[in-house]
Amino acid sequence: MDVSRRAFFKTGIAGAVGITVFGFDARPLLAQAGSLKISRSTETRSTCPYCAVSCGVIIHTIGDKAKNVTPQVIHVEGDPDHPINRGTLCPKGSSLQQDIQNERRILKPQVRRPGSDHWDDISWDQAIDEIARWTKKTRDATFIETDAKGQTVNRLESIAFTGGCTDTNEFNYLVVKTMRSMGVVRLENQARV
Amino acid sequence: MTNGWIDIKNTDMMLIMGGNPAENHPCGFKWPVEAKRNRNAKMIVVDPRFTRTAAVADLFCQIRAGADIAFLGGMINYALENNRIAKDYLVNYTNAAFIIKEGFKLPEDGLFSGFDAATKIYDKSSWNYQEGGNETGKAVLAAPTEGHEAKAALMPVSTAAKGAASTPPPPPSLPPNIAYDLSLQHPRCVYQLLKQQYSRYTPEMVERITGIPKDQFLKAADLFTSVRKNGDMKKVATIIYAVGWTQHSFGTQIIRTAAMLQLLMGNVGRAGGGVNALRGHSNIQGATDMAGIFDILPGYLKVPNPTDKDLKTYLDRITPKPAKPNEWESFNYWSNTPKFMVSFLKAMYGNAATKDNDFAFQYLPKVDRNYSWVNIWNDMYEGTVKGMFAFGMNGVMIGPDSQKNIDALKKADFLVVCEIYPDETSAFWQAPGITPDDLKQINTTVYRLPGAGFAEKDGTFVNSARWLQWKNAALPPPGDCRLDQDILAQIFLKIRELYQKEGGKFPDPILKASWAYTLPAHPSLSEIAKEINGKALADISDEKTAISLKAGQQLPGFAMLHDDGTTSSGNWLYCGSWTEAGPMMQRRGTEDPSGLGIYPNWGWSWPANRRVLYNRASCDLAGKPWDPTRSQVWWNETAQKWVGNDVPDFKPDSKPEEHMGPFIMNPEGVGRIFVPLGAMADGPFPEFYEPIESPIENPLHPSQSTNPVVKKYKTKMDKYGTPKEGYNIVCTTYRLTEHYHYWTKNNPMNVELVPEPFVEIPAELADQMGIRGGEKVKVTSARSDYIAKAMVTKRIKPMMVDGKKLYQIGMPIHWGFLGISEGEGRTAKMPANLLTPTVVDPNAYTPEFKGFLVKLEKV
Amino acid sequence: MSDRGTLRIQQISAHPGPVAGEGAQRQDKVCKLIDTTTCIGCKACEVACVEWNDMPFQTTYFDNTYQTMPDTDWNYWNLIKFNEDEHDNGSFAWLMRKHQCMHCEDPGCLRACPADGAIVQYSNGIVDFQQENCIGCQFCVSGCPFNIPKFNPNTKKVYKCTLCSDRVGAGLEPACIKACPTGCLHFGTKDDMKFLAENRASQLREVSGFQNAGVYDPDTIGGTHVIYVLHDATKPERYGNLPAKPRIPLSFTVWKDIFKPIGLFGAMLGFVGVVMHYVFEGPRREQPTPPVVRIDPPPPPAGKEN
Repeated sequence: MDVSRRAFFKTGIAGAVGITVFGFDARPLLAQAGSLKISRSTETRSTCPYCAVSCGVIIHTIGDKAKNVTPQVIHVEGDPDHPINRGTLCPKGSSLQQDIQNERRILKPQVRRPGSDHWDDISWDQAIDEIARWTKKTRDATFIETDAKGQTVNRLESIAFTGGCTDTNEFNYLVVKTMRSMGVVRLENQARV
Repeated sequence: MTNGWIDIKNTDMMLIMGGNPAENHPCGFKWPVEAKRNRNAKMIVVDPRFTRTAAVADLFCQIRAGADIAFLGGMINYALENNRIAKDYLVNYTNAAFIIKEGFKLPEDGLFSGFDAATKIYDKSSWNYQEGGNETGKAVLAAPTEGHEAKAALMPVSTAAKGAASTPPPPPSLPPNIAYDLSLQHPRCVYQLLKQQYSRYTPEMVERITGIPKDQFLKAADLFTSVRKNGDMKKVATIIYAVGWTQHSFGTQIIRTAAMLQLLMGNVGRAGGGVNALRGHSNIQGATDMAGIFDILPGYLKVPNPTDKDLKTYLDRITPKPAKPNEWESFNYWSNTPKFMVSFLKAMYGNAATKDNDFAFQYLPKVDRNYSWVNIWNDMYEGTVKGMFAFGMNGVMIGPDSQKNIDALKKADFLVVCEIYPDETSAFWQAPGITPDDLKQINTTVYRLPGAGFAEKDGTFVNSARWLQWKNAALPPPGDCRLDQDILAQIFLKIRELYQKEGGKFPDPILKASWAYTLPAHPSLSEIAKEINGKALADISDEKTAISLKAGQQLPGFAMLHDDGTTSSGNWLYCGSWTEAGPMMQRRGTEDPSGLGIYPNWGWSWPANRRVLYNRASCDLAGKPWDPTRSQVWWNETAQKWVGNDVPDFKPDSKPEEHMGPFIMNPEGVGRIFVPLGAMADGPFPEFYEPIESPIENPLHPSQSTNPVVKKYKTKMDKYGTPKEGYNIVCTTYRLTEHYHYWTKNNPMNVELVPEPFVEIPAELADQMGIRGGEKVKVTSARSDYIAKAMVTKRIKPMMVDGKKLYQIGMPIHWGFLGISEGEGRTAKMPANLLTPTVVDPNAYTPEFKGFLVKLEKV
Repeated sequence: MSDRGTLRIQQISAHPGPVAGEGAQRQDKVCKLIDTTTCIGCKACEVACVEWNDMPFQTTYFDNTYQTMPDTDWNYWNLIKFNEDEHDNGSFAWLMRKHQCMHCEDPGCLRACPADGAIVQYSNGIVDFQQENCIGCQFCVSGCPFNIPKFNPNTKKVYKCTLCSDRVGAGLEPACIKACPTGCLHFGTKDDMKFLAENRASQLREVSGFQNAGVYDPDTIGGTHVIYVLHDATKPERYGNLPAKPRIPLSFTVWKDIFKPIGLFGAMLGFVGVVMHYVFEGPRREQPTPPVVRIDPPPPPAGKEN
């Protein structure tokens, strides 16, 4: 593992070995300790994104919300006020800091073209244009207004939307609104599996 | 969950089965532990493996994966045989006394009445109550008659299925005046049928099927039902489960069996009781409520089908009419369906939804077939699904049959993935085994869009206890990442723009969907949350409650919804979550006056902020709590209404003597031990069937070994193994507490905790095969094979099933071909779901991830 | 000023003079209670420890167990030990025990440490390493009856659990305690934890059928500030080699009890020996072995050993 990415020592590691051995060093011992790393952090209350216990978490960010600072998460701890978890967290919840500050995050839109063996960068505008174009083209070609019996069905069977487990209620409502309005019937979610 | 996480602390007895909460819900598991510590509650764990939960249990039984209905059916039999039942509760709060039509047949041969072998569909018309009123005590006089009901049942069974082609007969409905026998003696009353059905589930039969020795089963049955010794109602038992029950080709029926046992013992609606599904993800409860799945609309409204030619036809079809004994009352809450539906349509289409156009009812697509998860992949594989959006959903990993899903994506035109980490679905074309030549043939265009993590978004999650809780954003998304709602809005607005400019097929719903957000391309989740709660669209008032609202005001609750277009609500179930008083789901009140763990002012719980469902059943007929030390609600004679520590789940002014049933969402008003008509596809009582891939023939009825209505899929990828072909080890899949699905493999701390995939193998089997811990083994199913290291353990024992020695193995699911450890060449880079079969539960369409057959080899 | 400023010092390793502040303020003894009978081995404590202390990650390998690694390490202070415990009568238990520094009342590490101020014991019972003063001799490793202090070959210092002295000093509970989902970990005064532990043990004996349930708080080292509730207190070895009667090696007991009272001169003599040893032998890099010839302790006397 990459040792250097974290400062293990909050205070310097250089100790005057020879002097202390003989016991005459008068440095105050109490001052050696690290200070509480969250003593000046900004706290945000949130909910753990993993299981459905819904543990309350406190996300500690560095920075006092001043304009010139991009917040960085330094610690995540359980919210002791939360009636269910009462401050506790499981091994996943306890490592949430790394879920937020993670070097493996995808940071830009990319596209893989037909037949290609790699990702290409793409601008957001172009990506959204192309996706809208794909959707419309597919919808217009396959939309079913009436079934074999002549009954109105107004449905689109050729595009599926699959939603994830941490999509919020509000996002899921937008999914229902947009997808059902397009006629999408293949609407599924982690809730099924 | 009918109850909630904290409520488990109120229990006296726990049956944890089909779930491993210590592993998967550690912080919720503190409440079972509290019950043990503070109430001396007992914990029974039944699982194929000795799990982390079993490590702190009072009694553990190792069960064969998929044999749960046999175990629970045996429990029902034991409770009935030993008078461990709640007589008053049973007679008055369930349909035990209701009489079933003649012509209904129990599945001694594996089939209920009405099965059509050609279509594999039941005609359910005989699964109904008899009409007729009070038959108490008349049973002995009445000889079985050849009534018209019996003739109806003898009609060609496939009428319903075939009928769809011509003029459909009126769908069978529940009789308005149900016949009943309060003495429970009538041979066709639900109670007697139940007795007959589970009399076959003897301890000996339970042992044959489940592999649990008879004496151990009896110990568990005795312990669990001991809370109802001699019918005493004070104590309460809970049943706790998770996807170990749902992920079977009879999953819904396992849960039904548990619910029946709990009704039989009078444990539903009570603090420390209930049937508690532990949902596995942060917001899949919310996703279900909000209809992220094909077969419902928000708030569990049924989707319209093509026969619903207009709104009225649709509402007539889905709105239940009261069906009950004449002498009893039924609230029949679903009779409000029209108010819920019209308010939903108003939220969706705003001013475009008018009385004249049926509130834009035709804008909604009509559904008459299975479009569920597995079918999406199956149909994509067969070429009919051309495009897919996957927002935080890693379908390749989730499976079942990951290879089929990969091959399906190769045939799609486009795939849009929104994720925070590189996932196997967007990178399906980089899966191991795909050659450079193959790549050139894969013409799928894949967009991988960087979304926002949980800490970067606000919004509401709904936990397993139905609590809505708002979370705050702690920081902006990094790099070029965007908020998911912005991405979806921007795609939709672009599509809308294209339809505006160019026209196209049926553009109306796209053009007219209401989109009144302050920043249309950046819709605020607060605005959406308010829209979901709903508001008055005109000045309205309610005489009974004396509440009046001005147009534009937020609704205080779903009782204010109207069916005339004067209210809108995106989801009636959440009506009350963001009122004029503000966002209820943001509340942080930590007081718990009753000490029962209700926390009425923390967040907001659907429905109507009540924390324990069906809580009227926590009281006796007179409205007094069965156990005064755990008083949830009660009838206040002076005030002439129901009051309590929780919000009564009941008509507030219904006097006990009216005998209104506590299960207000059923038209009968009572809990269903027998499920009439079409609510279940595979039987009104649960029957034990073998998993699709099973090591033995069903000992109850070898000729009908598996669930008769389950259909196998037919592509060339869909193969199912049998013991004859050498697949004779039962395999199951699961999660570990150290990992979360397919995310934490990106997280160094979690990878440090459990760095590599493994297969858990019973020590005895490993000895026989010469496998030592840490050596590589190959697990092969009919679909594919999977290589990982062996974990040789004493926690899985060999078992005797139907006289045969059987081994079970298991594996966690967390590794794929992208992730930290995968990159270091330490693992096999294989998703566990390469092994799992494509077959689903006929009710919930959940795949059978648990209990399939494999071979095991040393590599 | 440090956040640990509220902690007062009780003992300092190899310190010749008076201990500043010793006895100047009253401080209750703290204690961590670990109820192994409600531990589910979820490792939340392991993660909370690594996260709070910002310890660097290390590569681990599958080893036929749920246990994260074979033993604690200089950057892994807290480890659940998993044991599949099967008996001849067919009974089976999956025992999980959180293994970490026991914060002994009579700390062998501190007794063994020759570096002034490298190990301190606060008046509340926490035993804390001050790496600034550590000379890397690893005597503490040999002095510990629980094999806790671990040497970091890069920094040439020894590390172990601090009982989150930074948090405790600031009025917070240790990170592992806070995280523990089932509440098998508890933190408070030693008196309170003993009370809780004994109550739980009697519940296990009377209600749950564990006749040998009891509390582990070994008096051979004056008691510990981390105590266990065990289903079977008669056989702590079942829980991943928890010693029934932990002892400080005799050499260190002798050092502390006989030489140190003689005063600085004796101390300096001892240090000379240590320094010579350090000069000639150098710091240990690999698996630490006892740096001095270990004198096997005599069989324990019948009574208490103080």
